[in-house]
Amino acid sequence: MFGKLTWDAIPFDQPIPLAAGALVIVVIVGVVAFITVKGRIPYLWREWITSVDHKHIGIMYVTLAAVMLLRGFIDAIMMRSQQAIAFRSQGYLPPEHYNQIFSAHGTIMIFFVAMPFVIGLINIVVPLQLGVRDVAFPTLNSVSFWLTATGALLINLSLVVGEFSRTGWLPFPPLSELTYSPGVGVDYYLWGVQISGVGTLLTGVNFVTTILKLHAPGMTYMRMPVFCWTALATNLLIVAAFPVLTATLAMLTLDRYLGFHFFTNEAGGNVMMFMNLIWMWGHPEVYILVLPAFGVFSEVVSTFSRKPLFGYRSMVWATMAICVISYTVWLHHFFTMGAGPNVNAVFGIASMIIAVPTGVKIFNWMFTMYGGRVHYASPMLWSIGFMVTFVIGGLTGVLVAVVPADFMLHNSLFQVAHFHNVIIGGVLFGAFAGYTFWFPKAFGFRLDERLGKAAFWCWFIGFYLAFMPLYVVGLMGMTRRMQHYDVPEWRPWLLVAAVGAAVILAGILCQIAQLVVSIRRREELRDLTGDPWMGRSLEWSTSSPPPAFNFAVLPHVEGRDDYWRRARLAERGVGPMAEPIYKPIEMPRNSATGFVCAFFATFAGFGMIWHIWWLVAVCLLGAFATFVVFAWRDRTEYEIPADEAARIDRENRAARRLAFAQTEPAE
Amino acid sequence: MSIAARTTAVGLGGEGAAGAPSVPHELSELEQKRIIVGYGFWIFLLSDIVMFSAFFATYTVLVNETAGGPSGRELFHLHIVALETAFLLLSSFACGVASIGARAHRDAMYYGAMAVTALFGAGFLFLEIREFVGMIAIGAGPQRSAFLSAFFTLVGCHGLHVTLGLMWLLTMMAQVFAKGYRPDILRRVLCFALFWHTLDIIWVAIFTVVYLMGVAV
Repeated sequence: MFGKLTWDAIPFDQPIPLAAGALVIVVIVGVVAFITVKGRIPYLWREWITSVDHKHIGIMYVTLAAVMLLRGFIDAIMMRSQQAIAFRSQGYLPPEHYNQIFSAHGTIMIFFVAMPFVIGLINIVVPLQLGVRDVAFPTLNSVSFWLTATGALLINLSLVVGEFSRTGWLPFPPLSELTYSPGVGVDYYLWGVQISGVGTLLTGVNFVTTILKLHAPGMTYMRMPVFCWTALATNLLIVAAFPVLTATLAMLTLDRYLGFHFFTNEAGGNVMMFMNLIWMWGHPEVYILVLPAFGVFSEVVSTFSRKPLFGYRSMVWATMAICVISYTVWLHHFFTMGAGPNVNAVFGIASMIIAVPTGVKIFNWMFTMYGGRVHYASPMLWSIGFMVTFVIGGLTGVLVAVVPADFMLHNSLFQVAHFHNVIIGGVLFGAFAGYTFWFPKAFGFRLDERLGKAAFWCWFIGFYLAFMPLYVVGLMGMTRRMQHYDVPEWRPWLLVAAVGAAVILAGILCQIAQLVVSIRRREELRDLTGDPWMGRSLEWSTSSPPPAFNFAVLPHVEGRDDYWRRARLAERGVGPMAEPIYKPIEMPRNSATGFVCAFFATFAGFGMIWHIWWLVAVCLLGAFATFVVFAWRDRTEYEIPADEAARIDRENRAARRLAFAQTEPAE
Repeated sequence: MSIAARTTAVGLGGEGAAGAPSVPHELSELEQKRIIVGYGFWIFLLSDIVMFSAFFATYTVLVNETAGGPSGRELFHLHIVALETAFLLLSSFACGVASIGARAHRDAMYYGAMAVTALFGAGFLFLEIREFVGMIAIGAGPQRSAFLSAFFTLVGCHGLHVTLGLMWLLTMMAQVFAKGYRPDILRRVLCFALFWHTLDIIWVAIFTVVYLMGVAV
């Protein structure tokens, strides 16, 4: 009846996961009870769960990322403290538990923090920057989000029901094969990542179509803000890379479930085939994450330097160059495979070449600041912190692209330090810059600056304290994923790294406090005009938060940074402030399709993990029925009357007129 | 799927003349929706082709790893494969006829051609399943060797697509029956047709890489 699932699956003998699981359950029950008591469930259902509004979906993505960041960071703190303690001792985490923790940390941070964070920002911002009312396929967008949430749910479920994978953030065979990992840990990984990967793929399809096909009148490709370009590159990479992940995980699944021989040691299976396939997805994945961050920095640096972005065209070309070259470097993750000097040399050189367009970008940001009036608001601090940190990460990256050096450093903590250097310093700093920058657009009030700056400095200093020592111990020969060690020379560095993790913890606490304080002081921090930063692109031309339809009348774009030009003219009382002609607006209706699909996907995934076949069959049938019901709808859109659009737009126009009248025109 | 954003189509334009808004060709709302839905579905199909390419790559790497078991030369029967190919290509032709019928709102043409498409598709699946069952019966199942694992996965993945396509096909017949030739339904018929023709493209590659080259080696 329940396949492999028995009461033994719940780790009653292990206090740490049990306590953590109990805490999570208490929090979830508490939140649900609070919402029910307050009578907010209809609101939640209408405005969020069934919403197909790209802004709401984006906010849900970022919320998911923030919650998962806490989970992943707890794993990180446990690893750092274990290594600080486990000198010539076993520490407090037994090996099989420690292995689950580093696997969960990597899986969660990449798939359920970094990915949803950047996709969330893309969701909130890109349609606004393009000057349109929604993405190409709004309901599909909701399906994408809910499938991602399903993946996150399954991965976290493994904490209390069964176990998680012990094979690292990528399930390398033959360790991940049934022979060596007979438990359900790898299955949790496979189904969690597979389901969320399908969601991501659909996002890619949706946004490639949106960015290439939906624009406000006059918004030609070369007038799009750089964030739209980087979002385009990222989504192109998703469309081309995620199917490879789907295929690779499917092959490993077949090996484990049906006894196939893709990656086994017997019957001709080829382990290195897995390495090639997984990194053919995995390396583009790195750029899928970092390119939107580059886009954020481009917006932030030009806004807070009060200057147009330096070298827009070169920025676009650099973005697209990275998009292409990122496909030609995957083998640098396993130079030690022994493909031979010629193959390794080609991939080594390609890996160095990709640093060139990235360098172009760094110089462009610096020249944007040069001669500008730089305002050191917290998004700008994250950006400058990024430039400094990312250059170091880039340099160590070029260092390990040198094949002989890589043979020395492969699988060492130097590697760990390098990719945290680029992912924290690049992706996460970018995500935080974007979060602070666009928060007022999403919610209508700014975040508290003082706590924001404190959070930045804690993260910045904490990052250096936590990861620079790992470069050193890596050079001293310490390999990654060690549960304990005996070398006294490593110890002081690992203690410093643990202190660094504590400083980062302080940064996270500052961010939580910042959110709480800002919500309490929201009236003071209110953004009345919709343009709190003297923004440049179209998202700042509508109110904060924007109405469901984004723009009462679609803007006519006449050049790059069109909104900036119009706003400066309006400050001088010049330019068209006359009212446009309002027309009724058609918007897509809400749909529970995404949520219902995710419901079935969750149980289907759970059934696959625990071999409960009838549950899988029922859920697949349910998912098909959901799609048919969705396809049978007769009314897919609703109309917002012209009067209503006019009323909302006039309010914002009045607030802007007032604000422009009060500001001194910029010279 | 509904398209919320009312926009004008954009070309690969540069700056536009002297800051003047480049006014693109105005399309009707329905035409735009058709372009956007078709375009999005093309992007999806490309991603599907990328997935197949991963299976193709794996197959070509593992094709000689027979682990002492049978190879393609011993297992493949080209005349059956030729019949499968004929079935699939004929079903695609019928699918094309169905698209014309749908656009012309001609019931007999649409339902008739869709039914023929489904019959040839089902015939293809029958032959494929018979081939699989026969191979498993003589001990040449996917567990036998890495080559056979890759073979069953690549060809089976295509077969799975055909199966899902058949379910979609029947749903589309039911939709037209229940709702008529509504624009949104016609867009779905268009997507279905794209999907069905893509399965042909993939089959041509399977026919060449797996069967023809497998027998020739």
